[in-house]
Amino acid sequence: MKKSNIIMLLAALLPLALFIFPLWNITLEAPQYPIPLGMNIHINDFADANPHDIKNINLMNHYVGMKYIPDAIPEFKIFPAGILITTVIGLLIAFRGNYKWFMFWFILMIILCSAGLYDFYLWEHDYGHDLDPKAIMKFTNPDGTAMGFQPPLFGSKDILNFKAHSYPRLGAYFLGLGIAASLIAYLVGKKNHKKPLTM
Amino acid sequence: MKTIIKSTIALLTVLIAFTSCNNTTKSDRESGALASNVAEKVYVAPGEHDEFYAFISGGYSGNLTVYGLPSGRMFKEIPVFSQFPTSGYGYSEETKPMLNTSHGFIPWGDSHHPDISQTNGEIDGRFIFINENNTPRIAKIDLKTFETTEIIEVPNSAGNHSSSFVTENTEYVVAGTRFSVPIPQRDMPIKDYKGNFQGALSFISVAPETGNMDIKFQVLMPGFNYDLSHPGRGKSHGWFFFTTYNTEEASTLLEVNASQNDKDFIAAVNWKKIEEYVNNGGGTMMPADYAHNVYDEHTHTATSTMIKEVRVVNPIDVPGAVYFLPTPKSPHGCDVDPSGEYIVGNGKLSANLTVHSFTKMLDAIENEKFAGEAYGIPILNFEDVLAGVVEQPGLGPLHTEFDGKGNAYTTFFISSEVVKWKLGTWEVVDRQPTFYSVGHLTIPGGNSGKPQGKYMFAMNKITKDRYLPTGPELEHSAQLYDISGDKMELLLDFPTHGEPHYAAAMRADLIKERSQKIYNLEDNKHPYAAFTDDDTKVVRKGNEVHIYMTTIRSHFSPDNIEGVKVGDKVYFHVTNLEQDFDVPHGFAVLGQNTSELLIMPGQTKSSVWEPTKVGVWPFYCTDFCSALHQEMQGYIRVSPADSNTPIKWSLGEDIE
Repeated sequence: MKKSNIIMLLAALLPLALFIFPLWNITLEAPQYPIPLGMNIHINDFADANPHDIKNINLMNHYVGMKYIPDAIPEFKIFPAGILITTVIGLLIAFRGNYKWFMFWFILMIILCSAGLYDFYLWEHDYGHDLDPKAIMKFTNPDGTAMGFQPPLFGSKDILNFKAHSYPRLGAYFLGLGIAASLIAYLVGKKNHKKPLTM
Repeated sequence: MKTIIKSTIALLTVLIAFTSCNNTTKSDRESGALASNVAEKVYVAPGEHDEFYAFISGGYSGNLTVYGLPSGRMFKEIPVFSQFPTSGYGYSEETKPMLNTSHGFIPWGDSHHPDISQTNGEIDGRFIFINENNTPRIAKIDLKTFETTEIIEVPNSAGNHSSSFVTENTEYVVAGTRFSVPIPQRDMPIKDYKGNFQGALSFISVAPETGNMDIKFQVLMPGFNYDLSHPGRGKSHGWFFFTTYNTEEASTLLEVNASQNDKDFIAAVNWKKIEEYVNNGGGTMMPADYAHNVYDEHTHTATSTMIKEVRVVNPIDVPGAVYFLPTPKSPHGCDVDPSGEYIVGNGKLSANLTVHSFTKMLDAIENEKFAGEAYGIPILNFEDVLAGVVEQPGLGPLHTEFDGKGNAYTTFFISSEVVKWKLGTWEVVDRQPTFYSVGHLTIPGGNSGKPQGKYMFAMNKITKDRYLPTGPELEHSAQLYDISGDKMELLLDFPTHGEPHYAAAMRADLIKERSQKIYNLEDNKHPYAAFTDDDTKVVRKGNEVHIYMTTIRSHFSPDNIEGVKVGDKVYFHVTNLEQDFDVPHGFAVLGQNTSELLIMPGQTKSSVWEPTKVGVWPFYCTDFCSALHQEMQGYIRVSPADSNTPIKWSLGEDIE
């Protein structure tokens, strides 16, 4: 097996780590939470960082009229299927394809990941802005519009008494590594292809 | 009479000598530079934790208080033998059985000597045991939850004072009787005390995993007063030592009549020998009547079971099991050093402090060097068992603890001081005044093979001017000393709650890590628990109305209830649905003839209300739980006894 194909094989397998490790994490810090509240986002689940965190996030958020974090969302079915399908495609390419196919997989993954992030952003936006009209506490921005409580897509942000942090977790790093590896596989494959073959 | 006058003069002379000595020490301490240095030693910065836990008995409060050292800050009062309206302990339906006894429900107790469980002679921080003196009982507190989880009544006992000390592996928690009584209790003239009353020493086994207590056997001893006790350890593991007073067996004016003998006894009990005897069917089952109350942390409910017999052992039937060590004079504390070799008899009316040797005791027993016997129990010769005497260390020795570095620290009630002396050489190396009239003292890990000798605190009986005055009734005062150096250094005064008779302390780390934050709702097996707001209901059974109620920030479910009538017995079964650390909710309804409930996350507690007046009565959350705490309220409608108002309940909508 060629070196580039071996790298591609690795690239195809790395995203499977998402079935073990969380993709993303949102952490909420406040003075009265010496141990911050946190939620780990897996491709098929929202999980407590510490026991009962999601329940406690919901309890906090109901004061400003935010909806409860759902037990399940359609993405929990779509994301795992997406990962499995792209892994199968990646494996086929690794065993059968040449470097041009590696680039195809790379682009496919970039597009799917971007779509995933956009979907996450839409959910976050809805979660932070679609507030119960009977909310206990209503806040407005300086310009008079209703204040939203959307956590950042990436990075840290102050939301009332909380400081919210949103960062990728180990699963996302494996995914990123896999995507990067497919690009390397492409480059290695391309370089070797240019060398005149002396058989 | 002459001797009394003589000794009084002698006492006074010594007192004056010590008083003047104290004064110099006191003025030395008040220099500014020293004081600031001392402040640093007890300063625990905001948000930082203390290095040690101290569990201080509440005496006539019936409870146990939890302190931090070196700061002297109080963290919690754990209700044990007394009703505690703050949490509803002894008022809620679930906890009333904890205070059940063979004499019925008793709302108050006199808690005395806490002792922490041990493994291999070292404190393990799993449980803490404490005795109730008045209506003899032993309680177990689980240090995961800091709640009382078991109380066992001790039959045939009265004035449960030489208790509740644990053996090296917590095989037993031991409870001795201070007042001897007729066994079994019967109607007889008091003057016939001598020779007819007996003292029971109870060995309560502790199950290794669960900690469940069970009275394994009681040794029925002569009718002396068994004052304090401690287990043997190391080489003397398997023995237990009890101080006695009133070996005169007086039943009246004991202050005089029980102070006549020059020497009383330390009773040395070979419990391993008696255990073996009992395991082979020895002893007799005697009719008895005592309560065993167990709190289940899954049902959040206590049950009280009456037990109808107890195994008693006559010490004469087990040769070699019990010996008397003559000890001057009306000894109080009975303390065993970390090695298990030295047994200190703190003869409270003696000028000297007596220390017995375990090795010499075994030797005397082996060579059968007996000075006589009392009720068939061999008495050893004082000189044969004596390890040494601390000569004239102070007046009124009460209690000794050890630092694990070869030093002992004894409290002196009359001369109001703590004296440090060396084991083996018996020389006094330091003395520090206490303010005032110290009872017991504590060194973390004191009753164990491995004391953690950094601090010592003295629990004083008299407070007088130590704090801002609060009228005639004052809290007691404790004093913390640094004992890490050659000389003891007074660091801090701190007020204590009730009357601390004794305390147990240990390094915080073990307990801290295991301390539970919440009760898991999933584990809640309370028969009247409701697990969601929609789960709640109101059920009538005859004139009983059961309200399955939930609390979560910031509402009750249901919060509107109708259909209750005057004459009903209304049970509010309140489940706190929170699963966040330190978010309790409280419950109280207007006109309730009982205490509030304070319900921890995941817990269910029940309160009974028997409304006597027609009307619409509010209930509310008594704990400032959240931003909407003030809004956490509801109404219950009470209709006339002959009305037909149907049972209805709701949350968030009007009752139709």
